[in-house]
Amino acid sequence: MSKTYQAGVKDYRENYWEPTYVPKESDILAVFKIVPQAGVPREEAAAAVAAESSTATWTTVWTDLLTDLYYYKGRAYAIEDVPGDDESFYAFIAYPMGLFEEGSIVNVFTSLVGNVFGFKAVRSLRLEDVRFPLWFVTTNPGPPHGIYVERDKLNKYGRPMLGCTIKPKLGLSAKNYGRAVYECLRGGLDFTKDDENVNSQPFMRWRDRFAFCQEAIDKAEAETGEFKGHYLNVTAATVEDMFERAEFAKEIGSKIIMSDYLTVGWAAHTSLSKWCRKNGLLLHVHRAMHGVIDRNPKHGINFRVLTKMLRLMGGDHLHSGTVVGKLEGDREATIGWVNMMRERYTKEDRSKGIFFDQDWGQMAGVLPVASGGIHVWHMPALVSIFGDDSVLQFGGGTIGHPWGNAAGAAANRVALEACVQARNEGREIEKEGKDILIKAANSSPELKIAMETWKEIKFEFDTVDKLDVSHK
Amino acid sequence: MSDVQDYKSRLGDISSKRFETFSYLPQMTADELRKQVQYIIDQGWNPAVEHCEPENAMKHYWYMWKLPMFGETDIDRILGEAEACRQANPKHLVKLIGYDNVRQTQGTAMLIFRPSA
Repeated sequence: MSKTYQAGVKDYRENYWEPTYVPKESDILAVFKIVPQAGVPREEAAAAVAAESSTATWTTVWTDLLTDLYYYKGRAYAIEDVPGDDESFYAFIAYPMGLFEEGSIVNVFTSLVGNVFGFKAVRSLRLEDVRFPLWFVTTNPGPPHGIYVERDKLNKYGRPMLGCTIKPKLGLSAKNYGRAVYECLRGGLDFTKDDENVNSQPFMRWRDRFAFCQEAIDKAEAETGEFKGHYLNVTAATVEDMFERAEFAKEIGSKIIMSDYLTVGWAAHTSLSKWCRKNGLLLHVHRAMHGVIDRNPKHGINFRVLTKMLRLMGGDHLHSGTVVGKLEGDREATIGWVNMMRERYTKEDRSKGIFFDQDWGQMAGVLPVASGGIHVWHMPALVSIFGDDSVLQFGGGTIGHPWGNAAGAAANRVALEACVQARNEGREIEKEGKDILIKAANSSPELKIAMETWKEIKFEFDTVDKLDVSHK
Repeated sequence: MSDVQDYKSRLGDISSKRFETFSYLPQMTADELRKQVQYIIDQGWNPAVEHCEPENAMKHYWYMWKLPMFGETDIDRILGEAEACRQANPKHLVKLIGYDNVRQTQGTAMLIFRPSA
């Protein structure tokens, strides 16, 4: 039946709070952590978020009546307490499929984290998790190759892969930089990496860096008989520059390139991901700026959402945090999003901060990359936490070895293989880590020196963004 | 500098070559090897043996020893095939694979014998 038009401002909850609504399989579901302004009831704040992230504006407009608003509106359908937090609550919102363009992460998130994040009725707002229906998953490109194709291409099975970010981050000449790459790779690493802010500065233009790094890779492969790669960072000021660099990387035979998916922008990143599948290059993905978005426990976007977003847009590697190194990361939460990168189906698990079941269909998985302030003593914990399908990256923990990069690389490789062997034998490697490493060092002087060098280094600061799982 | 050790790896020196998982560790003892075979069985993977001349080891396809041992869970039978492969090809590298048919990949592929061992 048709409605009559009445101008004016209505409470959002009249239209957008629907506690009896049963979400459809085709809906996109989101859960927000909301701190409302004083005096705003929870239902009203939740409804306001649903409204402002879908169809509504602040007042009724006559053109509302030209559409099927009942179909198009987002609905707040549930509210929950946040354990241990009296000022926040969780609001669950369902969005109908017709609101979104197929295969467009840009479109979905322009709604979900658009104007609503500046909305006055809420004091702060955090997008904690999103459930993508299968129709949306399958309209996105996904990882260019995925974990198992990467393993097949590189012939590496039954262990995590090892990498190293070349340091110092900035200032090396291209030829000296290539030297550092070569030394790491001949010592036994699988990958080396451009740092995120290595693009094409005056001290080292991209073409020179690419050419020297490729020569380093070619010689290290011939020397060791193993496949190697260096993540050539094609991140650039313009999309045209980015693709020019990617094309050159392909031309010289590079196996893998890298992008920074938040700073290059989602559209540019997705284009690069599709290019990588078309051209057979692996895509390593860095996450500069994520801390701005995901670290505040009350405002922003949780990294698990940024993880899902990246898997949909496509990337073969994504930085996940290390749990044990110098950078922020709660252990259970990290395991939660690491599983979201790799598994075909992830189940709701509040102990890991996962609010929804997520079916990934046949979409390939992304390799989590643990990088930042880690060294050989962390190896048992890293192998235990991340398992085989991961890349463990030791920057200072390789190049800082007293005998140089090759020795540092060999130390890490021996430690890694010793931990994998022990794990396969059924040993508890986190508990027995010290014994395992000491035994391995008997046949590796490089490992022995590394263990002596980094014996005392720990990063024991408390995590800022903790999971809200228990009452304080 | 006298306490800094040189990294001994040379282009063209076959002893500098590595062969992926476990090639940076010393040769496993018979007992250690049994535990790795048990691991493959426990994962539900299908064991298989491959071998290759060291100079051709960088090719993706090594020689398959017979066929993968689908459903085989007897450690002695699996190690018996690996040993038979080594006896027949004493100058070859031998690796043990665990095929994971669910994930459609090799769950593991580990170097178990080197010609010098």
